[in-house]
Amino acid sequence: MRRGLSKLMLVLTVLAVVAAGCGGTSSDTTEGTTVGTTAATTTTAGSVATTTTTESMEPVTVNWWHIENNDPGLSLWQQAADDYMAEHPNVTISINVQENEAFKTALQTNLQAGDVPDIFQSWGGGVLREQVDAGLVQDITSLAQECIDQLEPGALTMMQVDGKLYGFPWDLGIVGFWYNKTLFAQAGIEAPPTTWTELLDDVQKLEDAGITPIALGAGDKWPAMFWYAELALRIGGAEVMQQAAINHNFDDPAFLKAGEMLQDLIAMDPFQKGFLAAGWDGPDGQAAAIANSEAAFHLMGHWAPGTQSANGPDLAATGELGWFPFPAVEGGAGDPMDAFGGGNGYAVGKDAPPEAVDFLCYLTSVPVARELAATGSRLPVTIGAEDAITDPNLAAVITARGEAPYVQLYLDQAYPPSVGAAVNDSIQALFAGTGTPQDVVDAVDQAWANE
Amino acid sequence: MPPPSVRTYVESGDDAMAMTQVGARRTRGVEAARRRRKRIGIFVLLAPALLLYLAFVLFPIVQGVHFSLYDWNGLEPLTKFIGVENFKDAFGDPVFRGALEHNAIILVLSLLVQLPFALFLALLLDQRIRGRAMLRLFFFAPYVLSEVVTAVVWRQLMRPNGLLNAALSGLTGHETDVLWLANPKIVLYSVFAVVSWKYFGLHMILMLAGLQHIPDELEEAAAIDGASWWQTFRYVTFPLLGPTVRVSAFLSMIGSLQLFDLVYVLTGGGPVNASNTMATYMIDWGFRRTQFGYANAVSVIVFGLSLLVALAYQRWVLRRDIEGSLTALGQ
Repeated sequence: MRRGLSKLMLVLTVLAVVAAGCGGTSSDTTEGTTVGTTAATTTTAGSVATTTTTESMEPVTVNWWHIENNDPGLSLWQQAADDYMAEHPNVTISINVQENEAFKTALQTNLQAGDVPDIFQSWGGGVLREQVDAGLVQDITSLAQECIDQLEPGALTMMQVDGKLYGFPWDLGIVGFWYNKTLFAQAGIEAPPTTWTELLDDVQKLEDAGITPIALGAGDKWPAMFWYAELALRIGGAEVMQQAAINHNFDDPAFLKAGEMLQDLIAMDPFQKGFLAAGWDGPDGQAAAIANSEAAFHLMGHWAPGTQSANGPDLAATGELGWFPFPAVEGGAGDPMDAFGGGNGYAVGKDAPPEAVDFLCYLTSVPVARELAATGSRLPVTIGAEDAITDPNLAAVITARGEAPYVQLYLDQAYPPSVGAAVNDSIQALFAGTGTPQDVVDAVDQAWANE
Repeated sequence: MPPPSVRTYVESGDDAMAMTQVGARRTRGVEAARRRRKRIGIFVLLAPALLLYLAFVLFPIVQGVHFSLYDWNGLEPLTKFIGVENFKDAFGDPVFRGALEHNAIILVLSLLVQLPFALFLALLLDQRIRGRAMLRLFFFAPYVLSEVVTAVVWRQLMRPNGLLNAALSGLTGHETDVLWLANPKIVLYSVFAVVSWKYFGLHMILMLAGLQHIPDELEEAAAIDGASWWQTFRYVTFPLLGPTVRVSAFLSMIGSLQLFDLVYVLTGGGPVNASNTMATYMIDWGFRRTQFGYANAVSVIVFGLSLLVALAYQRWVLRRDIEGSLTALGQ
């Protein structure tokens, strides 16, 4: 009898422990890994957040997933959230910060579970389209009407799918070359190159001077893709690029030519040691190599100075950093003013409250946008914020952005994820010497056919 | 890797005592009722663990098999049934076959390199030398680190201008500039080196425990009979270490087949898929390319392979080690 009772107690204890362990709520999954600061209280929507307010307005929680895991963005966004919450005491903005690649994986998990964050980082393009098709993002065309005029109309297309708006763009830039003026001078390069041939010559001059010409984080794959995309854009032109996305293949000879010209550069062995395993960020990454003056220049988007100074000395502050656009390619059909780039946006999740859109209006309003511009790490799309940009390099970028007749979005964002991955992987193989330009074309065609 | 399971024997001491005391009045009905109660007791105690296992292990496996039969991007509803196409595609993809090869290479190398080395160290540290407790601690310490921490640390050590190259330059005298993680030809072996560094301590401790179980008298008897150290090892020590070695080998094999964390953080699958394992390949196709049906097919393949290896090994190699526990069941 006693043995039976003690067994029963044991089973009940075990069940209690198991039940406690399994008692997670949906708020656990949305928190994920949080790097840096998190906002105040976070609870599942509907529970009373604070006890101090006597307002009759319903407490609302807005979950915000962003990837500004370095300063100045990290603190700026936190400040913006705090300021908004001070003005709207019933709204709690719960921030979840992650690094770029980690974010993509974590978001995928949440999307699959149907647990969509209210506001999350988006680069538009084919990825956003997939999310729209799955009904995971909200059509905010009507909700956003009140403040949409504060944004540049051209930038809005980034977060639009079939004419409907699914989020707010807050940053748009183009890719170009960031170079170390001191190292260029050391190699005897008087002015940045304006043609591809001149660029190759300059690479040779740098090598002769014993300086590593180019920093490249081919380990992350997408920095390598930038080179290929720019060449394809210059050789084929805007129409070829647009047509490729419609035809779903890279069969136009421009793509093959781009690979071949890229091979000419790769054959010169201009990259830093171990570039195949190096990433963009991190102490062994592309940004660190430039910041520490280990390489002379690199092809990167407008966030480069920010990440560089997070990984080494701030070259921009000492005036050593310069910028020049991707040069013209002789014999190319593309307009040399065409740009390759993209931006950042915040997509609105399907279950997001209207306060989320209101917060985004605030985030892209002129005062916040001007602060963002002043940090020198982002290029806001709010009308009236451009002149807050003091950095001459970023001013050059924003001018080039304004003058570009066509902007090609990053290939791994413009196309569906599996095609984008095929592009990136095959280009990495090109850089490693294990793939040919034809392999790039074949891999992309194959990936699109399987879509 | 989880520690080896402890063999449990069903204790029947109480019943034996009760039977001798009340032997005369024992009837078949009471006997049967007692056994039934015992079985219910066992089942009730097993129930929570069984439920967890069903919910978190068996059910996801069934779900995984189900998803693997579809072309699915993880977000849309399950509509595109394609049967075994995913499996055919997997075996037809050179990258997957490469990943499979890498797993096999690591498996074989682990058995050939890690285990003998662990055994060697265990034999050394079984001797009465000063500070052997500290040495055992040092060698076991890497196992305690999480795989992610190990990978992050080694990623920095193996940079072209990192500590590893610097140390080697200092030791050998000439400039060592090996691209441990950037050279597609050697990156797999660099990964293997880190895996070995992490796990040989575990195997060493297992062997040490095994060595403790060998009675000293046997080795002394061999010595009295004039056996050399090698003969003692070959005819006395090593055969008695058999069960331990077999368990170590088993853990090593299953671990090699499922290797993920270390590789993912250290190289992400390596430049141009040179250090891909089946698990990193699966994550790449599932989360990066959002082909969840295909990724599920790969996971089913990994599961199948691991199950095959585990069952085959248990049937033919571990048979005599677990025979005792199997026959004691229900007594």
